[in-house]
Amino acid sequence: MKFAIQVNTSPYQSNAGFTAYQFINAALAAGHEVFRVFFYQDGIYHAFKYATPPDDELQFTAQWSKLAKRHQIDLVVCISAAQRRGLLCLDEAKRQGKLDDDLAEGFRISGLGQLVEATLEADRFIVFG
Amino acid sequence: MKRYLFVLRKPPHSGAQVQEMLDIILTTAAFDQHVSILLMDDGVFQLKNGQKPELSGMKDTAAVFKALEIYDVNDIYTEVESLQERGLKPGDLCLPVQEFYRKDIAGLMKRFDVVFAG
Repeated sequence: MKFAIQVNTSPYQSNAGFTAYQFINAALAAGHEVFRVFFYQDGIYHAFKYATPPDDELQFTAQWSKLAKRHQIDLVVCISAAQRRGLLCLDEAKRQGKLDDDLAEGFRISGLGQLVEATLEADRFIVFG
Repeated sequence: MKRYLFVLRKPPHSGAQVQEMLDIILTTAAFDQHVSILLMDDGVFQLKNGQKPELSGMKDTAAVFKALEIYDVNDIYTEVESLQERGLKPGDLCLPVQEFYRKDIAGLMKRFDVVFAG
């Protein structure tokens, strides 16, 4: 089965993001496909490159980056939700005359059309948070 | 084309949440999909008449609902019990709604391909 996933909460506001991460791993292990993970609302906080939690805590952003690399999963961060919260990729920061380069490896920035496309392509769409 | 039901359960002006859900609804409608909205729990306050969002520094999200007709989003459902529990009547809302009893909500949801929790 082909899944599309949306994550709406930040790593420290709720465990919904980590639940989504665990769901994706379980779905892949069971032979399912994950078409796309879309980070929206406070979910965009999962994609901050410079999040630096203490060593003995879960490294959320690094976990997502590893997941994307290992399984070629499309991790998409909504551009309007990201900019509203100060997450800018290098290109967008330049365009806005700013110096940020905040997007972690394995994520890409795009628009809400990517979310709608994912819900159209997938057999099942699940919102976390 | 798929049939989408957006289930809104949060009150208006709860941060950027409502604004960002409306952006998804508008984008989905702009993709020529069949879009309907179900207001449940505190979500029924979304359409309440007489909101003054500017006092809280928020956008007038009720006005966005009124614009949905332009995008062919005509079906707005509410749950009877959600309105009653909050002392609201359909006449307190800024748009006409179709009311469903709680016992019939599951049946309503079955009519859609994507039930979008918001």
